[in-house]
Amino acid sequence: MSTLAYTISDSRVMLRRNLKHQLRYPSMTLMLIGMPIVLLLLFVYVFGGQLGAGLGVHQGRGAYLDYVVPGLMLVTVAAAVQGTSIMVAMDMTGGIIDRFRTMAIARASVLTGHVLGSLLQTLAAMGILIGLAFALGFRSAGGALGWLAALGLLALFAFALIWLAVALGLAARSVETASNTPMILFLLVFLSSGFVRTDTMPVGLRQFAEYQPFSPMVDSVRGLLTGVPVGGHAIVAVAWSVGIATASYLWAIRLYNQRRAADPT
Amino acid sequence: MTGRPGTPGIVATGVCKSFGSHLVLDEVSLAVDEGTIFALLGPNGAGKTTIVRILSTLIRADSGTMRIAGHDVITDPDGVRARIGVTGQFSAVDNLLTGTENLQLMADLRHLGPDAGRRRVAELLAQFDLTDAADKLLSTYSGGMRRRLDLAMTLVGQPRVIFLDEPTTGLDPRSRLTMWEIVRELAAAGVTILLTTQNLDEADQLADRIAVLDQGRIVAEGTPDELKNRIPGGHVRLHFAGPDSLRQAAQRLPASAADDDHLVLQVPADGTVDSLRELLDGLHREGVAVERVSIHTSDLDDVFLAVTGSHVDSGLEAGDVDAASTTGGVAAR
Repeated sequence: MSTLAYTISDSRVMLRRNLKHQLRYPSMTLMLIGMPIVLLLLFVYVFGGQLGAGLGVHQGRGAYLDYVVPGLMLVTVAAAVQGTSIMVAMDMTGGIIDRFRTMAIARASVLTGHVLGSLLQTLAAMGILIGLAFALGFRSAGGALGWLAALGLLALFAFALIWLAVALGLAARSVETASNTPMILFLLVFLSSGFVRTDTMPVGLRQFAEYQPFSPMVDSVRGLLTGVPVGGHAIVAVAWSVGIATASYLWAIRLYNQRRAADPT
Repeated sequence: MTGRPGTPGIVATGVCKSFGSHLVLDEVSLAVDEGTIFALLGPNGAGKTTIVRILSTLIRADSGTMRIAGHDVITDPDGVRARIGVTGQFSAVDNLLTGTENLQLMADLRHLGPDAGRRRVAELLAQFDLTDAADKLLSTYSGGMRRRLDLAMTLVGQPRVIFLDEPTTGLDPRSRLTMWEIVRELAAAGVTILLTTQNLDEADQLADRIAVLDQGRIVAEGTPDELKNRIPGGHVRLHFAGPDSLRQAAQRLPASAADDDHLVLQVPADGTVDSLRELLDGLHREGVAVERVSIHTSDLDDVFLAVTGSHVDSGLEAGDVDAASTTGGVAAR
């Protein structure tokens, strides 16, 4: 086998290990999939009546459901990457990583396994969320092409944030830290155009909300799903994704190669 | 697969390593012939784990040259990794997988192929007496079972050189004997083994050669017999009911040392039954009544005292030494 074939084979083995972990650790998997669903029900049925009243042209709970689904798709991504960070930190703080590092296996395959596993988990969780949203009355005018573009964009963004989570998991000294740090991503979804229009926010916050990566993502996905032209938002969203993915990938590989033993003797 | 004594399995020359300003390894050199067992003996903090981590490509030495099974550790780490197996102090198993899945993972990563992989997994489960627990999650395994699986995982790829970092620390006596038996079988099959231990008895039982590591330096090296010749032998302690019998015995045994306060006489002895019988019979013939006897064999502390002139616990936590010490008991050897 060639080096590339070994890399693919090793990554596939590590992906299978990661998927097994997801099944054997169901409490976390269920929490990560359940979180966006709980928020969907909460925001549509508890807050939706009032929040929907301020939407503009189309008003009401149903309109808010249509409005909030793209935001919840990004909540799904934020929840899933928290799991990535925890899983990576669990690996790094356990003894098995040293075994992998003394074996002639493709260097990055351990991380690749986590990334691909998390990506599949994110897409599965998103599928469940979308299904439920449709069952609750979500309507989309985006068409097949719009959906394809939206899911592609979400997958790219998820890929970028998963690499960020891998790096955070590697940088964390404990599993607890690895579980807490990605919480900031949750906050960013709320400080974006995901749940309310940014022009309802006070000036400083509004500027922050408009320039952080989650808003162009939400706006692009929302545009694609409602069949409205997305224009510059999509380009900004792609640029953010590529930037975050590249920087995080380099950071993660660096941390992985640099890792020292906790106890030097 | 037979060993070729004389061929080096591991050669390290002038290995130095510092963590910050702390010098952990100071010009460590060692050579292990193929198919032999080499023990690195030393207390916690001596640098045993560090040298294992350097030789197994986990961390880089600051200087020195190292070759494992003919491959250079610095320039060809993947060549080294393809030929070694490492079982560290902390279990390197996957708790969310079963025993079979853990071994299968190793077989896949060693690219054994599906059929050969499955055969090897079944073979190792049987060899390590884990067949019954094969489909249970690792989180349900006992300490001894985990250690056995850990070693089995190391052996999946049939490595030529194995590093065992304190392989029996924390194991009960029966599991320890099982582990010793496995290590001996591996060496007999031609595998080169470098093991670290705090326990002189373990090094004595297993190793062809022993190096004593103290504060990052090798302070003594040789076969177990060579090393033991440098250690003051064990001794027998005779306890008496009163000062009179103590005095009588002390007169009869000129090489002994009397402790009047505790009514104890310390007599040099090698701990064999014959020498003990001779000693006690002699005292009995003289009519000297010995109340109680205890036998003390050499321990790590004696080795250290002999080769470094200081006790093991200098500069170390006292608790660390207890694990290595065999004093205070009647040793059955």
